[in-house]
Amino acid sequence: MSDLTDLGIKQIRDGVRSGEFSAREVAEAHIDKVAAAKPLNAFLIETPDHALAAADSADKAKAAGDDLAPLAGVPIGMKDLFCTKGVMARSCSQILEGFTPQYESTVSGKLFAAGAGMLGKLNMDQFAMGSSNETSAYGNVVSPWRRSDANGNKANTDMSPGGSSGGSSSAVSARLCPGATGTDTGGSIRQPAAFTGISGIKPTYGRCSRWGIIAFSSSLDQAGSMARDVTDCAIMLEAMAGYDPKDATSLDAQVPNWEAALSGDLKGKRVGIPKEYRIDGTSEEINALWDQGAQWLRDAGAEVVEVSLPHTQYALPAYYIIAPAEASSNLARYDGVRYGARELPEGAGLQDMYAATRAAGFGDEVKRRIMIGTYVLSAGFYDAYYTQAQKVRALIARDFERVWEHCDVILTPTAPSASFGLGEKTDDPLSMYLNDVFAVPASLAGLPAMSVPGGLSSEGLPLGLQIVGKAMDEQGVLNAGLAIEQRASFTARPAQWW
Amino acid sequence: MSVDKEQVRKIAGLARIAMSDDEIDALVPELNNILGWVEQLGEVDVTGIAPMASVIPSKTLLREDVINADPQTGGNVRDKVLANAPVAEHGFFAVPKVIE
Repeated sequence: MSDLTDLGIKQIRDGVRSGEFSAREVAEAHIDKVAAAKPLNAFLIETPDHALAAADSADKAKAAGDDLAPLAGVPIGMKDLFCTKGVMARSCSQILEGFTPQYESTVSGKLFAAGAGMLGKLNMDQFAMGSSNETSAYGNVVSPWRRSDANGNKANTDMSPGGSSGGSSSAVSARLCPGATGTDTGGSIRQPAAFTGISGIKPTYGRCSRWGIIAFSSSLDQAGSMARDVTDCAIMLEAMAGYDPKDATSLDAQVPNWEAALSGDLKGKRVGIPKEYRIDGTSEEINALWDQGAQWLRDAGAEVVEVSLPHTQYALPAYYIIAPAEASSNLARYDGVRYGARELPEGAGLQDMYAATRAAGFGDEVKRRIMIGTYVLSAGFYDAYYTQAQKVRALIARDFERVWEHCDVILTPTAPSASFGLGEKTDDPLSMYLNDVFAVPASLAGLPAMSVPGGLSSEGLPLGLQIVGKAMDEQGVLNAGLAIEQRASFTARPAQWW
Repeated sequence: MSVDKEQVRKIAGLARIAMSDDEIDALVPELNNILGWVEQLGEVDVTGIAPMASVIPSKTLLREDVINADPQTGGNVRDKVLANAPVAEHGFFAVPKVIE
């Protein structure tokens, strides 16, 4: 039998259904892989019992001749941002050390109800604030990929898996799990997917319930799926999405059967290439891949047109006001009273306890963003910063509305560079923020967007292409992603060194 | 606009984060760097544009007016609510004394 950890979600689902292998065999193969991958630091908490119980229940249903659930027998990884009943959820922050949710997030609950088993909780940037997975309180995640020098020899430098869903991207790419949950506030699914040669989709804002997802920036946060191909992303997203009355911003809309309607035939579709995304600082090979991607979509039958999103350059600065502002408000709840860690200096009163708890519990990047957010919301500065950013956000959303008169989806690079070495960008927060320059506009407008692998850089590192679609048109995004996948023939995978 | 040491100290106070002088010194240039960069938003003409707080139309949904309409968000879960508290006493969250 081939290695079960090489199989994707669809192959596992179908193999368990046909009886080619048992769900237990699949779970055990992945559990072993997870246990042997400590150097990646992707899984922080391993939950083999959860994965095995789900597998056994799939095998039992199969033996009894019952219909199998949509994800029966599929083991997945769960980003630490999701509250999982009885299993610690820390958002990879010291301030939530020991926090063990007494309830299940809607999304993780839906995945388990669909038959998926959980292999464990995945590392991430602290409170999802970061683009390299270097802000976790529980250590950096290492990408399974290594860059090669001019002679093609692999260097020993530990590379970034992207962020904030870096545990998810590293684990899926290293074949520790066929799929993982991610969350995306300003690129946190798409950029890590691009860095590790996998696919990842952020659906329309509101498709997946935010209930039980530890909040960062509530008007932007959205869960999505990360897997090794477009079909697997579609299957997993179907299980995650759906209306939830417990989330006031949940979309009350039917979840389409995305998998069934997948088609790489783009005849009659128009693909927009936004001219404002051709910016200084993007590597030449990424621009070349972008051109290649447009040609692939032409080959798939689409018409490629140049379009304009005039306010693109303002998306990132607007994001770095809005997201920290919402974060400063959301993270006010960590006060050492209701959950997580408490720091109580000798003789301290309540206010001192709050300040000491938050000083000890939050990492540097989280503090930086809370400070920015507090400042832009403070009296006298609110209108100049926050209101202005919200108006610019409206203009960015309007840019997209107008562009849909000329095209059905938009094609861009996912990130301006390939992965970089851990520690190479930590000195300068601003240069780190620029990683998300292509991802953030779709987040501000709440649009579905996905990254698919397009090729390798000259250093042998994966490069991704991003597709952005109209609100509610995940199908259009997935189909364009599939058309690229069918032509990019991306089969590269990291050589195992861990 | 830029911030000085005293303003950063004030923001840290508002954010309830204890900070040493060294930490505040380090944050002043970092915050100014970021604030200087976001300043470019000021050049955008936003005449007549309403600020956007949500990408989807927000409407207040009312649930049925019954107790424990959803058991997950309903009542009678005191022990679960308190289960993660750093200190809980007599069925309450416990904090340092706040009344002199």
